[in-house]
Amino acid sequence: MQWFWRTVPALILFAPGLSLAAGGGGAPMVIVADTRKLDGILAWWGNMYNESHLQFAILTIIIIPVTGVLFGIVADIVMGWIGIDLKTRELAED
Amino acid sequence: MDWLYILMPIAGVKIFWPGLIILGVGVGIIGGFFGLGGAWMVTPGLNMLGFPMAFAIGTDIAHMAGKSLISTMRHGKFGNVDYKLGLIMLVGTIIGFEVGAQMVMWLERIGSVEKVVRWIYIALLALIAWMVFHDVFKRKAKARAAAAKGETLDATATGIEWHKTLHKIKIPPMVHLKAAGIYCSAWLPIIVSFLTGWLAGILGIGGGLIRMPALIYLIGCPTHVAVGTDLFEVAISGLYGALTYTYKGRTELVAAMIMLVGAAMGAQVGAVATKYIKGYGIRIAFGLAVIGCAISILMKLVQPWLPQFKKMLDIGATALILGLVSLMSLYIFIRMVQGVREELRRKQQSA
Repeated sequence: MQWFWRTVPALILFAPGLSLAAGGGGAPMVIVADTRKLDGILAWWGNMYNESHLQFAILTIIIIPVTGVLFGIVADIVMGWIGIDLKTRELAED
Repeated sequence: MDWLYILMPIAGVKIFWPGLIILGVGVGIIGGFFGLGGAWMVTPGLNMLGFPMAFAIGTDIAHMAGKSLISTMRHGKFGNVDYKLGLIMLVGTIIGFEVGAQMVMWLERIGSVEKVVRWIYIALLALIAWMVFHDVFKRKAKARAAAAKGETLDATATGIEWHKTLHKIKIPPMVHLKAAGIYCSAWLPIIVSFLTGWLAGILGIGGGLIRMPALIYLIGCPTHVAVGTDLFEVAISGLYGALTYTYKGRTELVAAMIMLVGAAMGAQVGAVATKYIKGYGIRIAFGLAVIGCAISILMKLVQPWLPQFKKMLDIGATALILGLVSLMSLYIFIRMVQGVREELRRKQQSA
């Protein structure tokens, strides 16, 4: 089983590079956000996109699950207050 | 009416924001109910609202990750999530997804992304719709045959049973999946998830549209467990998808957050509704949604051959997709309210 646990993470790590190689030539398209029309938080957000896609990506994947969990907790409280049983269900196809 | 439009800072397009909320609520309900991210409706929807296709894909994946997380929390409490199966499938999904996403970047470079993605959608939706209804008719035939013999078909019996053949392949390591009630080779979920992940990466979806029927028909999960487990997968692979698409610069977080406001409410309604509807009810509704979606994409695809009807087809496709999302959501919402009322009434009686 050891080979399995070595091979799988290696595949996960190298798959992007391998698939990029398979993707072939051509210059990648670069998109630049036009921040001249923006102000406040939108301008800050647009500038971050232009300066570092990595920072922009990291912040995006932190904001999304945090928002999801917050909404989930609020809904739990509301549904519990209504009186819905949130722990059991009947498993049947027909 | 300028206030109804919001400028997207990255894509640089002005978008009708109430459309984003409506799309979010609708797809939240449908996603939580069917165990899908709902990208098959949202990606064309965002494209129709004015996002370029690559941005529609990236933005949709970002919103989907958050929404699916909310639904997974709910399904987890019902015992609908087989976490072991979800984690095994994650391996194949991630590798497959990355291969698919790189193919999209390549298609974008050669300028064929929209056409190829739409045609793959059509072929796939047609296959899934056939599979679902073939299964429904087969189960009905079994029920009729049992009735003719004076017997009743088991409540957990299904029409298509391809998974039984696949479970006979005993290549080690073998795994026991408790929540799903399955004992099979670990390679079965890994291979299935690689193929579904690869297709998901190309289509820019979380993969639920393909994985939910694959979990039922190829792996053999009961419908409710397929829904919950798939959402667990969608949440994690969606997060990975959001990372890779955002890093490639194709995500509009402002739009994703606006959609998430609506989707958060919808996702709860959809997930709770599965408590009150049986497995085949979910399967049939899923099949109908798939057919509607395929027709709307087809209406976009035939436009180059029918330029005189372009405007009519455009309006028709938008109306169909929005109508479909609204009708399905309304149906699920009503069934959920009816179910909750019945449950509360029974609780009061027994108190």
